[in-house]
Amino acid sequence: MSEVADGTGSERLAPPAGTSDRDRTDPGAAAGAGWRQLDRRTVLVTALVSTGVAAGAAVPTTLGLAGRLGLAAAVAWVLTGALAMIGCGAGGDYIRWRRTRYRIGAERIELHTGLLLVKKRSLARERIRSVDLTAHPLLRILGLVTVRIGTGEHTGNEATLELDPVRRSEGERLRHELLTRAATGVPGTHREGELAALDPRWIRYAPVSFVTPALGGAAVGAVLQVSDWFGEQGQVLHWIGDRFRDTSLLMMAVILAVTATVAGVFGALGLWVEMWWSYRLEREPGGTLRIRRGLLTSRSVTIEERRLRGVDVVEPLGIRLFGAARVDAITTGLAKDDEEQHGDHNTLLPAAPRSVADAVAADALRETTAPTGAPLIPHPLAARGRRLRRAVLAVLAPVLILGVLGVLLTPVLLWVALGCAVVGLPVGVFLARDAYRGLGHALSGDYLVTRSGTVRRSTAALERAGVIGWTVRQSYFQRRAGLLSVTATTAAGAGAYTVHDAGTSEGLGFASEAVPGLLEPFLERTPPHA
Amino acid sequence: MTTGERAVRLRPPNNTLDPRAVSWWRTQWLLLTAAPVAVLAVLGALIAPARFWLLLPAVVLAVLGAACAVLFPRWWYRTHRWEVTGEAVYIRTGVIRQEWRIAPMSRIQTVDTVRGPLEQLYRLASVTVTTASSKGALKIEGLDHELAAELAERLTRITQDTPGDAT
Repeated sequence: MSEVADGTGSERLAPPAGTSDRDRTDPGAAAGAGWRQLDRRTVLVTALVSTGVAAGAAVPTTLGLAGRLGLAAAVAWVLTGALAMIGCGAGGDYIRWRRTRYRIGAERIELHTGLLLVKKRSLARERIRSVDLTAHPLLRILGLVTVRIGTGEHTGNEATLELDPVRRSEGERLRHELLTRAATGVPGTHREGELAALDPRWIRYAPVSFVTPALGGAAVGAVLQVSDWFGEQGQVLHWIGDRFRDTSLLMMAVILAVTATVAGVFGALGLWVEMWWSYRLEREPGGTLRIRRGLLTSRSVTIEERRLRGVDVVEPLGIRLFGAARVDAITTGLAKDDEEQHGDHNTLLPAAPRSVADAVAADALRETTAPTGAPLIPHPLAARGRRLRRAVLAVLAPVLILGVLGVLLTPVLLWVALGCAVVGLPVGVFLARDAYRGLGHALSGDYLVTRSGTVRRSTAALERAGVIGWTVRQSYFQRRAGLLSVTATTAAGAGAYTVHDAGTSEGLGFASEAVPGLLEPFLERTPPHA
Repeated sequence: MTTGERAVRLRPPNNTLDPRAVSWWRTQWLLLTAAPVAVLAVLGALIAPARFWLLLPAVVLAVLGAACAVLFPRWWYRTHRWEVTGEAVYIRTGVIRQEWRIAPMSRIQTVDTVRGPLEQLYRLASVTVTTASSKGALKIEGLDHELAAELAERLTRITQDTPGDAT
C-alpha cells in the first residue's frame, strides 16, 4: 500500500487497543453498522495465483538445482519452497480479507484496511467521478470483479479506492449507486443505449499499429532471454547462424526482420482480441457513458457525461494510412492507476474507419455532427518552412556526426552517413509536409478544434466552456515568421491543447473568440500598415 | 502579418517586477557559476600537471557567468511583466521564447507565496497561481515581498468570492 496523502479525507491511525481487539474478534458487529467485507474467495484467488507463479518459477529452479543436488532432492526442495510461498500468499490474503471493510454512507464511502496500522480512507461521494470494474479470467470464473472508485484529482493514486474483489452483482450495485445522479442531458434529445459495438473487421487495423514492431522486438528479446536462463543462448545463436550459412548477411537480416514482424503481427492481433473483444459503448440513463470490453480480462469504464469536456480523434501514422482513427475522451477525473497508465483507459472507440470515429465522437458529445470533422483553417506557409527546416536538421545532425567520425576513424561510417542521408531526407521531408498539411484549427459550435502531428495526428475538440486559461508562446524564429502557438489549458485530459504555429493575428483572434472576454482586454489591434 | 483585417497582438502587462529582482538574478548567476569555478580552481591549484586544462575552463566559465550576470537580468527585467485585473491574471515571461499566460479569476484554485533564502535577502517573493489544469500554473517571480503578500491575499479573496469548482 502506498503512503496516504491528505486531500481525499484520508488518515492513517494506529488502532486504539480496544477497538482493534473488537474488530479482530467480531467482524459481525462491524457488518451490522453498514460495513461490508470483500468477497471471501479472494483467498482462493490468491492461492491459485501464487500456485501459478510458484509453478512458473519451479520449472527453471528445479532444472537449475537438479544438476547440483540430483532430481529427487531438487524436487523436494522446490516443492517445499512452493508450498511455503502459496501458504504465505493465501494466509496474508486471508488476514487482509479479515481486516478490510468498506461502507457506503450517505455522504462518504469509507475503506478500512491494514493489520498493524489501520489505514482509514474515505472519499466524499459527491467527488466520485468514476467507478471502473475489471476482472481477470480467474475472477470472472468465480463471478468476482475488482472495483476502482476514483475522484480523479491530480494528487496521485490516493484519489482512488480499490475493492479487490467483490461479487459482480455487488460491483454493479456500487457502480450504479455511486454514479447515478440527476440526469444531465435532456432525455430523448439524443441516443440512449448502445452508441457503438465491435465490428470484427476492425481487427485489420491491429497489425498496422505501433504495437506490432514493439511486440516483434519483444519476441526476439524473449527468445534470447529464455534461452539465456537455460544457458543455451550461444546455441540458439549458433543454430540461427547454421540455418543461414549459405545466405548472404543482407538476406539473413531481411529474413530475421520478417520473422520478427510476423511474430509482432500475431502478437498485435492477439492483443487486440484480448483488449477489445465484446466491446460496447453505451449511454446509460444516469448521464454516463460506459465502455465494456475484454476477452479474458473484462473491463468496464464509466465516464460521467458531466465530466466530459471533449473528444480527441487520434490517428497514428499506420492506421491513418488505412483511413482509420481512434477516439479518446477528454474528461476530468478518470481513475488514475499505474497499471492502467498505458493509455487505453480513456479510449471511447478503438481504431475504426474514420466515418465511424466521427459518428461516435458526435454521439458521445450529444452533437449532430462531430466537431472533429469540421473544416479547419490551415496555417501560414511559414509553418511548413519551420517543419521542413526542423526535419532536415534532425536528419543532418547525426549524418554530420557520423561523417566527422568517418573522416577521423573509418570510411565505413561515411557510407553509413550517406545511407542515413539518402533514406532520412525523403522520409523527413515527407513527414514535415504531412505535418504541415495536418495543422489546423477552428471553432465549431461549442467546441474549439485543433489538429496537429504526423506520427500521432490528434484532432482534439475541446469544449469552449472547459478552457480555464491561455498560454501563448512565441520563440524568436516564430516571431520572425509571424507565427505563434496558442495553448488552451483545461482541467481535463492532457491538461493543455495547443494550436501550433498559427498566424499571429489569426491565432490570437481564435483564442479571443473561443472564450469571449478572457483574452480581449489584453489584445491590441493596429491597422495593418500603421 | 496582414490578414486583411487589423493586425492583432498581445499588449504587455502593466506592471514590472521589483527592481531588486535584477540583483537577485545576478546573485543567482554568480552563485551558479561560482560553484564549478571554485572546484576547478582548487583542483587546478592542487594538481600541477593538469593545471592549464583545469584553469582554462575555470576562466572561461567565470567570464561567461559574469557576462550572463551582467546581460540577462537587465533583459529579463524589461520583458518580465505581470498584471492582475478584476477578471484575470496576466503575465509575460521569456526573452528568446516569449510566453504569455492568462488565467481567469473564476478558475484559480490556489495562490502560494514562496520566499527562498536568496529572495529573503533581497526582500522578494514569488507568487504562484494554479488552476485545475496540470499545465496552467502562473508564476510571478521577483515581487517585493509585501506586495506579493498583499497580492496573494487579494487573489485569494477574489477567488473565494467566485462560485464554482474551478474546472
